Amino acid sequence: MSKSQLTRRGLLKTSALAGAGLALPTIFTGRASAYTNEPTGGTVTLGFNIPLTGPYSEEGKDELRAQQLAVEHLNGEGDGGMISTFSSKTLKGNGILGKKVQYVSGDTQTKSDAARASAQSMIQKDGAVMINGGSSSGVAVAVQSLCQEAGVIFMAGLTHSNDTTGKDKKANGFRHFCDAYMSGAALAPVLAKAYGKERRFYSLTADYTWGWTQSASMQKFLTDEGWQLVEDIRTPVGAGDFSSYITPVLNSGADVLILNEYGGDMVNSLTQSVQFGLRDKQVNGKNFEIIVPLYSELMAKGAGDAIKGVFGSANWTWTLQNEGTKAFVKSFGTKYGFPPSNSAQTCYAQILLYADAVERAGSFEPCAIVAALEQNTGSLESIDSPSNKGYVFDGLGNGKTLYRSADHQCFKDMVVLKGKDNPANEYDSLEIVDVTPADKVWYEPDNEMFAGGDLGKCNNGA
Amino acid sequence: MDAFLLQILNGLDKGSAYALIALGLTLIFGTLGVVNFAHGALFMIGAFCAVTLQRLLNLSFVTLDPSQTDFLGNPLKVETPYIEAWFGKAFGNALIDWSVPLAIIFAIPIMVGIGFAMERGLIKHFYRRPHADQILVTFGLAIVLQEIVKYFFGANPIQTSAPEELTGVANLGAAIGMQLPYPLWRITYFLFASVIIGGVFAFLQFTTFGMVVRAGMADRETVGLLGINIDRRFTIMFGVAAAVAGLAGVMYGPILSPNYHMGMDFLVLSFVVVVVGGMGSLPGAVLAGFLLGILQSFASTTWASTTIPGINQIIIYLVAIVVLLTRPRGLMGRKGVMEE
Repeated sequence: MSKSQLTRRGLLKTSALAGAGLALPTIFTGRASAYTNEPTGGTVTLGFNIPLTGPYSEEGKDELRAQQLAVEHLNGEGDGGMISTFSSKTLKGNGILGKKVQYVSGDTQTKSDAARASAQSMIQKDGAVMINGGSSSGVAVAVQSLCQEAGVIFMAGLTHSNDTTGKDKKANGFRHFCDAYMSGAALAPVLAKAYGKERRFYSLTADYTWGWTQSASMQKFLTDEGWQLVEDIRTPVGAGDFSSYITPVLNSGADVLILNEYGGDMVNSLTQSVQFGLRDKQVNGKNFEIIVPLYSELMAKGAGDAIKGVFGSANWTWTLQNEGTKAFVKSFGTKYGFPPSNSAQTCYAQILLYADAVERAGSFEPCAIVAALEQNTGSLESIDSPSNKGYVFDGLGNGKTLYRSADHQCFKDMVVLKGKDNPANEYDSLEIVDVTPADKVWYEPDNEMFAGGDLGKCNNGA
Repeated sequence: MDAFLLQILNGLDKGSAYALIALGLTLIFGTLGVVNFAHGALFMIGAFCAVTLQRLLNLSFVTLDPSQTDFLGNPLKVETPYIEAWFGKAFGNALIDWSVPLAIIFAIPIMVGIGFAMERGLIKHFYRRPHADQILVTFGLAIVLQEIVKYFFGANPIQTSAPEELTGVANLGAAIGMQLPYPLWRITYFLFASVIIGGVFAFLQFTTFGMVVRAGMADRETVGLLGINIDRRFTIMFGVAAAVAGLAGVMYGPILSPNYHMGMDFLVLSFVVVVVGGMGSLPGAVLAGFLLGILQSFASTTWASTTIPGINQIIIYLVAIVVLLTRPRGLMGRKGVMEE
């Protein structure tokens, strides 16, 4: 047996010294910088937190492609994409504030705890000054509050729950994507026009924050149009076989089915509803219809023929005919060989908006960036409201857009889509039915569906 | 009444998948005494056999059509499946359309092969180890298989469609003057499962091979002493069990678009089915599969889920607890199985 030289007292002494040694650098950096992860060298690091595993990983991969493209464009590589169409002309292709942009990425696994852990690691170990990405509202809300505590900026990716900029809003967090309220507001008039005012609807709702707010929003706007709710059933996330939820619809007297489902659940509930013959049914003398409030191009692809003729809404789609969209589709399509999705566009836009805010603020300090994104540069037309103010921009694919300072939510035109009957190619599955102007989807920050939250104060961390 | 019968149909349909998976699990447990947590992965691989065949049949060559343009304004790339070019448009299309049923033929040798490889390559070495070791190693294998499938096919569900002739709805109640519309493919699935279950039972009951296997399940040592190579037969049964799980997966594709973790979703439930049916009892596994399928169906109805919220998620486990408390060996379990 070997004899250990270590005594208990010795061990304590050594660990105390080692502990002090390890703590030393943070004491110094803590004093030296005014905020979390102040970039001191020639580079700045952005953190991309996306689902690379789990049910939404295809969305995650598409977000990462767009994020890599945005970094290239910020550093002056490639064709520059939407930098040339962006109304703010601060970005010159020389990085951000002259610092070359680099990035780290982490896997959220579409789980709140894993997403927080990977964001934390990117902030603490890799020195990320901003976190961007994600494809679930549960994750977005969790990561947003982490960024608020840590003192970095959160530029949300695909998150559609009203809560993200409602009861869970935070000063350090910003959402470019639309929310459930806007989808309801944009869809209801189109649906009433297409299917009439006398409809009875049944809804199946994913049982978590996004599903609840999505269902509440659809109910509000459809009943405003004169439709009647028959039943709203909550289904577990990942239910797989929806037959037990679909068969009661057959004899419920409803003539419309709303599927507040996302990801694999949306694909399964939709294809199974079609298999049960719902689309071929006649109820109350009308054709039975199915509606998917939130569309994603990647899921439309998964559902195949089942989406033909089905209405839904989106934040953006690659077939829009504005200059920003054309520029983005061209550079994304050239690099990857297929058009970008909703989630790709929102991440790309968020990164450019962040870079622009830093340039305008002249600093990476979070509170300065928050101030730049809250800066009152104008308002949207035909909306008479004291809260109609904030940072106004154009050229990022959605037309004129307002980053509302009151709650850090973007307001812009909404896209209403419908599954195409005769797609020309595999990317051409959805057609644009209507572009609903921003004033038709506008709401006040204290709207009952968004009430209860507080932005609080921006946090510089450190 | 209509709604009631429809839920029974739903239950039979769900139960078919449970019964097929549980049947395979019980076969493996009864013969080899191994608790196979990779069995769900075999179901998933079966479903991906259908996806693979669909992709193979859809392999295309690309021609440029200058009269049309793609989304970037370049000449449109038109893809024509080789199979259409070789066999003509009508026959080629029919082959692609029937890819899921055709995948049955394609899947049997693959699944039996995977079953043999699993048993000879890995599980064989764990016969004398405790059940906990067997569970760990097969669970690990399941994760590895999942990740391999995800690497090649991605994480999103992949749509596999039933043949045109078998999509649509049949009114099962027409003869008795009722409205019972039910998807044709789900009816097909139930019939298919019944045939497979019947086939497995007939094989075990009416063939010499089956008789030896049954004897081996009852008393392995005595059969071995009679000079019969029981291990080889058990390996073959492992292949059969893998094929049963795989076929259950192949035909389930049009009902549930295959994704890489669909096996895990079914595995846990199938274990409950096996335990409720009685460890080692084949009729028990089938009975419990259908029973729990029907129960789960009813628990998901509006009435049940509004009366007791969340009942659809826990009903199976509640029933399992009640059954185990009243009949500790399960519904049809025999004495001496998994007992010292």
